[in-house]
Amino acid sequence: MFGYYLDLAWRSLRRTPVLTALMVIAIGLGIGASMTMLTVLHVMTDDPLPGRSAHLYTPRIDPLPLAYKQGDDSPDPADNLTWPDAMALLKAHRATRQAAMAGGSLMVRPARAGLQPFNANGRYATADFFAMFGVPFEQGQGWSAADDEARAHVVVLGSALARKLFGDAGGLGRTVRLEDNDYRVVGIAGDWAPKPMFYADATGSQYSDDDQFFLPLSVAVDLDLSVNGNNSGWGRDEANSKTNASTSWLQFWMQLDTPAQVAAYRQFLVDYSAQQKALGRFERPPTNARLYSLMGWLAHENLVPNDVRLQLWLALGFLLVCMVNIVALLLAKFLRRSGEISVRRALGAQRRDIFLQLGVESAVIGVAGGVLGLAIAQLGLWSVRQRPDDYAQLAQMDVPMLLGTFVLAIVASVLAGLLPALRVCRVAPALQLKAL
Amino acid sequence: MQLQPILASLRHHRLTTILLVLQVAFTCAIVCNVVFMVAGRVQRISVPTGVAERELSMIHSAGIEKDENAQARHTADLAALRAIPGVRAVAAVSYALPLGRSESSYGTCPDKQAMDRVRQLMSMDGSGCLQPSVYDGTPGLIGTLGLRLVEGRDFLPDEYVVGYKSNPAVAIISRALAQHLYPDRPALGQSLYVGDRTIRVVGIVDTLLRPNLRKPGVDYDSMLWPQLPDGSGVTYVMRSAPQDRQRVLEAASAALVKASPNRIVNPKRMRTFSQMRAKYFQRDTTMIGLLVASGLGLLFVTALGITGLANFWVQQRRRTIGIRRAIGATRGDILRYFLAENFLVVTAGVVLGLLLACALNLALMRLYELPRLPLFYLPVGALALWALGQLAVLGPARRAAAVPPVVAMRSA
Repeated sequence: MFGYYLDLAWRSLRRTPVLTALMVIAIGLGIGASMTMLTVLHVMTDDPLPGRSAHLYTPRIDPLPLAYKQGDDSPDPADNLTWPDAMALLKAHRATRQAAMAGGSLMVRPARAGLQPFNANGRYATADFFAMFGVPFEQGQGWSAADDEARAHVVVLGSALARKLFGDAGGLGRTVRLEDNDYRVVGIAGDWAPKPMFYADATGSQYSDDDQFFLPLSVAVDLDLSVNGNNSGWGRDEANSKTNASTSWLQFWMQLDTPAQVAAYRQFLVDYSAQQKALGRFERPPTNARLYSLMGWLAHENLVPNDVRLQLWLALGFLLVCMVNIVALLLAKFLRRSGEISVRRALGAQRRDIFLQLGVESAVIGVAGGVLGLAIAQLGLWSVRQRPDDYAQLAQMDVPMLLGTFVLAIVASVLAGLLPALRVCRVAPALQLKAL
Repeated sequence: MQLQPILASLRHHRLTTILLVLQVAFTCAIVCNVVFMVAGRVQRISVPTGVAERELSMIHSAGIEKDENAQARHTADLAALRAIPGVRAVAAVSYALPLGRSESSYGTCPDKQAMDRVRQLMSMDGSGCLQPSVYDGTPGLIGTLGLRLVEGRDFLPDEYVVGYKSNPAVAIISRALAQHLYPDRPALGQSLYVGDRTIRVVGIVDTLLRPNLRKPGVDYDSMLWPQLPDGSGVTYVMRSAPQDRQRVLEAASAALVKASPNRIVNPKRMRTFSQMRAKYFQRDTTMIGLLVASGLGLLFVTALGITGLANFWVQQRRRTIGIRRAIGATRGDILRYFLAENFLVVTAGVVLGLLLACALNLALMRLYELPRLPLFYLPVGALALWALGQLAVLGPARRAAAVPPVVAMRSA
């Protein structure tokens, strides 16, 4: 029967080519616009570390004074940790793995002749960073906790920076000069750039940056290397040093494997805050302490710009108007065939059969609209990629989004066909036959 | 023109008519809000900065020798840049420039009492103090940027101090800041309280935008300090004829490297003011493009829908039209019939649409802090949709008018 309905749909659509084209264009435009924006939103809210993200957590403790008032547009200082808090959590060792980190930009002074000094972005971290995030290594490995302790001048290079400095030979064991110090290369990381860069300070461009080097955090503090991102102090003393108890600048991530571990850590954070409050360091309620999962943290940070959300709503509104448009056109088209349908009914077709036949016809329009919509969405994504926005380069369709386009197009058109089909099924055959 | 038969016919096609009304209503609601958003963004991106935008270009230099004397370096660099043909003026700043994004700002109070209130409350709210942005720079900055000094004087050579930690004794403030800090007395000669510093106002410039826009009321709160940049990183601002800017930038890059090769001149931070402005508002321009495209798309789809449906109705009613023609209706009558029918449908859609537009605006105000939709948008939107409807239906209506009366004689 399905083949027969397809045939009928094809004939019917061919009889009114202009109307059919209008419907296909309408649904194509609506689907194209919505899928462009849905894809942008999808890549922006995608899991940055599939497989690992479920076990990664970040704490938020509130060391701010009661009277502290956050400015309208300024980032929340409590989103980062102070040095004493980060070190306390690190030494407590309550998680399977844990690392404190911060971003920084350093001047690389290449030894190679003909290569000018340049600035590179990288990360200061503690030893667990690599194992916890599953950073792959092309050569060598990360440093050890002992290196952290000893403030060893060691560095892990990103593969791009390693190639730039040492050519294809790699540079394991060689020396890199960053600002005014030499560091021994202990590892060269493979391709690893989670998008968004969830572990970085929220004020940076998390979709387009990547880390080109990794240094032990203790070295960065020791040498007072420059730190990127939100570096907020609320202390009375002007001295804004890194180890200050009232300057927040560090990010902290941990791996917790079981729900029991998660619950225990949550309690630990509250207890720690209560202890600090008892000591007089914290002023706010200890229950302000939170433990965020990776995806929960991304939601908390709210990385998706309002403009992108607005664009999505706009696209969905557009799709809605397109759908109303198609409903009206389909209704007119189906009603015009009341005579033909009445003949089928009189010959024994049930309402269900008519309904199915018209549904197939709507779906055919949906498939055609989906193909057009896909082309329009690709065009839309291409134009998004031409923009210099932080997230622009990520705007690519993956397989689920590709299939999603067709599903959305078919669902939309079948939904649009639903009301007209129901209406036509209610036509009384006898009356129509008389009119023929 | 009798509306009775039109209404009767529309009642006959009740469901289709309702759908068409809905489509017009949604389009009207969305397009009104879209046009409003476009207007808001256009207003935002055309904000004046107060500087001679078309004549400025900037180049950033970062020294890589730690123990270099920054002042000597800057003086030598400025001389080298001044020597470039076409450069009319040049000055160095640490980083802050209008629409440059990087800014430093300090809590600033108009008098001692306000300062004490802030200290007591640990908050600036309601104290009369503000958070203006501060521009530093070498002598001649006002002339280089093309700022208009409306009161007082420029800084004297011996008023300049070195580095961001130094304490300048005088400042030049923007007219907006003068009015906001001292609403009831002349600002010239007053003393500003900035942390532990007391700074006398010696001049007022007409307009000077902040590096980073905050909200309309405070965007022009800014001041200039006679502070020389003292870091290894410095931005040189050059003024030249608009058509010379690109050439001047290239010459500047070469001149700086020639003056001292121990530096990084990042090509990304070598740009004209117009480029910096375009980058600052790049998201807004994207958004304007998208909004305009989707607004036009909506109108297009709605026009398609109206045309498609009208076409269909005309085909369906060929016989009726023929009968009407046969019993004396003129072509004009038929044409007017379809135009009137469309007018009725669109009117119903517009009425509903204007209500929806206000509702949508309320939702947007809540979710995205958009301002309220001014009421004059509504009649303009209504007119646009009426015009669109009439245009869309014109083709089918003319085809209907062309139906010959003889059709009435043929069987259906």
